[in-house]
Amino acid sequence: MTAAAQFDYAIDVEGLNKHFDGKHVVKDVSLRVRKGEIFGFLGPNGSGKTTTIRMMCGLLKPDSGTGTCLGHDIRRESAEIKRSVGYMTQRFSFWEDLTIAENMEFVARIYQLRDRKATVRKSLADLGLTARAHQLAGELSGGWKQRMALAACMLHAPQLLLLDEPTAGVDPRARRDFWDELQALAAKGISVLVSTHYMDEAVRCHKLAYISSGTLLAQGTAQEIIEGQHLNTWAIHGDHLAELQEELRKRDNVAQTVTFGDVLHVSGTNDELLEREIEAAVGRSGRRVERIETSLEDVFIYLMGRSETNSGGNA
Amino acid sequence: MKGRQRFSGARWWAVVLKEFTQLKRDRLTFAMIMGIPIMQMTLFGFAINTIPRHLDTGVISADDSDVTRDFMEAMQNSSYFKIVERLPNEEAGREALAQGQLLFVVNIPAGFTRQVLRRERPSILIEADATDPTTTGSALAAVDGITQTVIQRELTGPLASLQGGPAPFAVSVHPLYNPDEITQYNVVPGLMGMVLTLTMVMMTGLAVTRERERGTMENLLAMPSTPLEVMTGKLVPYIGIGLLQASIILLAARYVFFVPFFGNVLAVYLSTLLFIAANLTVGITFSSLARNQLQAVQLAIFYFLPNIILSGFMFPFKGMPGWAQAIGNLLPLTYFNRLVRGILLKGNGWADSWPSVWPMMVFTVVVMCVAVATYRRTLD
Ligand SMILES: Nc1ncnc2c1ncn2[C@@H]1O[C@H](COP(=O)(O)OP(=O)(O)O)[C@@H](O)[C@H]1O
Ligand SMILES: [Mg+2]
Repeated sequence: MTAAAQFDYAIDVEGLNKHFDGKHVVKDVSLRVRKGEIFGFLGPNGSGKTTTIRMMCGLLKPDSGTGTCLGHDIRRESAEIKRSVGYMTQRFSFWEDLTIAENMEFVARIYQLRDRKATVRKSLADLGLTARAHQLAGELSGGWKQRMALAACMLHAPQLLLLDEPTAGVDPRARRDFWDELQALAAKGISVLVSTHYMDEAVRCHKLAYISSGTLLAQGTAQEIIEGQHLNTWAIHGDHLAELQEELRKRDNVAQTVTFGDVLHVSGTNDELLEREIEAAVGRSGRRVERIETSLEDVFIYLMGRSETNSGGNA
Repeated sequence: MKGRQRFSGARWWAVVLKEFTQLKRDRLTFAMIMGIPIMQMTLFGFAINTIPRHLDTGVISADDSDVTRDFMEAMQNSSYFKIVERLPNEEAGREALAQGQLLFVVNIPAGFTRQVLRRERPSILIEADATDPTTTGSALAAVDGITQTVIQRELTGPLASLQGGPAPFAVSVHPLYNPDEITQYNVVPGLMGMVLTLTMVMMTGLAVTRERERGTMENLLAMPSTPLEVMTGKLVPYIGIGLLQASIILLAARYVFFVPFFGNVLAVYLSTLLFIAANLTVGITFSSLARNQLQAVQLAIFYFLPNIILSGFMFPFKGMPGWAQAIGNLLPLTYFNRLVRGILLKGNGWADSWPSVWPMMVFTVVVMCVAVATYRRTLD
């Protein structure tokens, strides 16, 4: 347990690789998560998020690569990692034919917690589950299942949480509550690595990483990631934007166009040329055009598009 | 030691409690566990209880006299035999038996009556299809009585002098296809083994694959529980279930079907425990090999078939060809059948039982090693 005091990073992995049946699913992934940090792990479906998380908590052996989780070697010390990390699986993985209380009791016993009864009772109370303690887990709604899962993987007071798409299929209100909870935990010094699809969740993370087809494309704070892509973005307001979007897409200096309701975001790396092309396309239609800050969402869509064309070109 | 966990009794107990709770909620499975032995006992029980009568019999007679006619009449009157055919020769008799058209062929040799009168003590041969001894057994048991009746009825007057002393003629019974001549009581221990094999292997096979299919395995693997704790913890409830099933069968055998118990019932339970252990290791191995619950069930059936066919339950062990005996010798059910039959019906003690006990122990240890080796520690 002395190791726990020495490490700087809750997660520090270097060059992780994983193949499934000859398919390269995770490619040279290196990640660092500081203590007390909420680290967002983003990427489209099938990009390798779950596989990476499983390698970090000792559920899968990486083909190559090294690293530590809470100071424990991910290859050799999976038992220590299992004892000290809280892992919430992507799919609800508690026993649906047990009640909430029975599930929690089981987890408490497996972690050999000292004040088992009291710990379970407190945990249920903290998450507002006391009233439902004797309901079968299988009968809960998505939001309640997720609360229960979080409570269960927090029961042994882990210093690091690995949460795999914890809010998928959960309503917005429950999502917001969940993130308030995460932020409170981080404030107490608990590190969190959370994979997600939602942009509004991404902006609540201290650090982000974006993975696509197994490759990490960007890593850092939201600001760093945005600046790292050197995108300039313009917003065009008005209706019937589809034609204009079509038109702009053909231009060389327009890297991407995205519609958000009645606003069209147009981004490119060369600001001068981009401005000229937008002016030409908009012409005298009277639409309002303004320069805006490139958003995280613009960048992620840009990254996704780029990796698609890259992998499309290679294949 | 780093990277590896020691076995923890507390975590093991957690798994045991969890399994019991889940089992308690699974009404259908529970009903099946209790239902299988009851159903099997009822089905086989009828076979044990009903004494089959009027069984098709053929006669090869090279001698036609009052004595032989009376012998055949006495056979008919006993109600066990029904003479349906006269056969020209022994080949025809064998063929009819082989094809299952007849269950018995009575062969009266030429000059039978003359030999009786000359005190040469000839024999009548009865060949029986003893594949299913519960069918033919009681009929053959009646043959002695029939012979006595005929002797008393026919050898009167001047022939009365033949009555005293050695029997004037003999009837030799030759059971074909089943030299063991298993009695109906043999069914009960065999049934126990069969029910235990099916439920133990299938239930444990399902227990682990269910976790995998529902995604809860990932959770178990991500927590500090070790493979040994999970596996053995999952097995405990099934040991109880197996003993319960064995008790149902033993009780029914004793009090419904009046099977005599010559041996020690505690010894039967100890044998049952060992046999349950052997089957649980098989089930656990299957659950590691199977990707889903369907595959687990398929593997269980795949294992079950040779067990019922080659263990001496369905066909007498010594009547099987060498290769089949060789396979049978690898199966725990073979030894369990012998062991429990020996204890219950012959009152076998420790020394007589040991040759059937150690192979089951070896089997259990070997398969347990396979089970631990095949249990997947990671999700790879
Ligand atoms: N156990 C496995 N066996 C084979 N292929 C797998 C396995 N797990 C994941 N994959 C494949 O690896 C890729 C990445 O999957 P995953 O890590 O689940 O992505 P994500 O969590 O980002 O959606 C997918 O193409 C998926 O089909
Ligand atoms: Mg995933």
